[in-house]
Amino acid sequence: MPHMTDERVRAGLAREEDLSLLHEVSMKTAGVSHLEMCIQCGTCGGSCPAAMDMDHTPRMLFAMLRAGMREEVLRSNTPWICVSCYHCVVRCPQEVHIADVMYTLKGMAIHAKLYRDSTAPHFSQTFVDMVETFGRSYELGLASRHYLRHFPLRLPGMMPMGFGMITKGRMAITPKKIKHMDQLKKILEHAKTLELTS
Amino acid sequence: MNKYLLYPGCSMESSAKAYMESLNTILEPLEIHFEEIDDWNCCGATEYLGINLIPAYSLIARNLALAANQMNGTHTVVAPCSACYLNLAKADYYMQERPSLGVKVNEALQAGGLKYTAGTLDVRHLIDILVYDVGLEAIKAKVVHPLHGLRVAPYMGCMLPRPDYQHRWSDHEHPTELDDLLRALGADVIDYPLTTSCCGGHMTQIGPETAFELIRRLVADADDRGAVLMATVCPMCQMNIDAYQNEMNHYFGTDYHMPVLFFTQLMGLAFGSEPKDLGIGSELVSARNALATIGVEVPVTHEPAGPRKKDEGLPMPRRWTKHEGKEVVK
Repeated sequence: MPHMTDERVRAGLAREEDLSLLHEVSMKTAGVSHLEMCIQCGTCGGSCPAAMDMDHTPRMLFAMLRAGMREEVLRSNTPWICVSCYHCVVRCPQEVHIADVMYTLKGMAIHAKLYRDSTAPHFSQTFVDMVETFGRSYELGLASRHYLRHFPLRLPGMMPMGFGMITKGRMAITPKKIKHMDQLKKILEHAKTLELTS
Repeated sequence: MNKYLLYPGCSMESSAKAYMESLNTILEPLEIHFEEIDDWNCCGATEYLGINLIPAYSLIARNLALAANQMNGTHTVVAPCSACYLNLAKADYYMQERPSLGVKVNEALQAGGLKYTAGTLDVRHLIDILVYDVGLEAIKAKVVHPLHGLRVAPYMGCMLPRPDYQHRWSDHEHPTELDDLLRALGADVIDYPLTTSCCGGHMTQIGPETAFELIRRLVADADDRGAVLMATVCPMCQMNIDAYQNEMNHYFGTDYHMPVLFFTQLMGLAFGSEPKDLGIGSELVSARNALATIGVEVPVTHEPAGPRKKDEGLPMPRRWTKHEGKEVVK
């Protein structure tokens, strides 16, 4: 909404470069995010099952976006704590695609290397690496690489569970690979050169 | 015979094998035919979307493109996993809501000789097919061993009824599809207000403290309300509540024992199948005692070794507990 931007800037309510952050996030989000429509009602934070562990509620985070606080937003743990349960999404009176905005902010934080705790970004990246190698998720490889890197002390306690999963045939020892991995690789390689701009 | 295209999803081959086994057992009596999408790939779960948008949607769309090529008298794709269902349905919807996304995704697909026109397919979840296509009456007609007296908590999970852009469910927060289906099997379905609360999703891997609290709420509430068993429609929910219940108990110092089975396993039992053909016994929190209340005997399987009883002895790292969690793990 360039028109609204201009008015707010002219009225001295915001600086041009500040509002551009809100638009940038909105633009990079899948679907029509409605992020600009947020009325700061707080229904999102009140609906969130994980809000107690977040640095900022989604409402607060969106206010910070509007204020152009790029670094503070990208350093916030909020998008990483979001469990994608969509409670806020169905309750939001403005139909903001809140969960998808969180995905966008994760991507931006990784890109800017501004996240504080690397556990979640590494987990996502390890998962993606498995998918880009095999075309399917590989739970044993994912879990062992992730735990050795981030939770070595949790491993002894996890042994009975992992052992149970394997003996009960619920964790494959070897990964499954799709037939046309070359095709998937070509698609993903080309996709990485593309960005959502309009 | 109703025909559908099946997108199984990665967990159906590993951690949720029991879901696949029980699903295969109930298809025949219900006269449904599932044709697996050839060479499907992972949907990216909740991980790829947070890394890079266009590749994430292209990954999902490859499946849609393959399914569209395989349409033969049907345009419905069935996903038994809630996360897969959501990703496929959401991609299809967003490519229509934001045409530029569809253009970019197709540009990427083209590199692999594929294309997909958003809206071509109907993406639906397994329970949607069973309740609305097959119908509760037809299901009831196949019940030979009603689950009378089995107190079940119906757990729908979060990603199935929400965001529901296609308006498929009776309600976003308190949908009754699973309740109705379990009642059709004769089960004693308890009121379970947390039915669409989150199980923690990937937080068991990246922020266990957050996940343990979410799991505790679900299990404690089901237990308080007198359920002996939870029924789920999602591999992720089953995995979190089942495989992490022991760790959750350690973390809070609680002693819950709440087995969680896939609703298809309960359907199989009601249709007269044997527990071993339904993958019953592969859960880590055993459902044996719960099922014994309705006269179903589950053969004893190997139990994994329990945790060390004493903390003294060799200076091994301690188990994760609520008070030391934050300090121990960096």
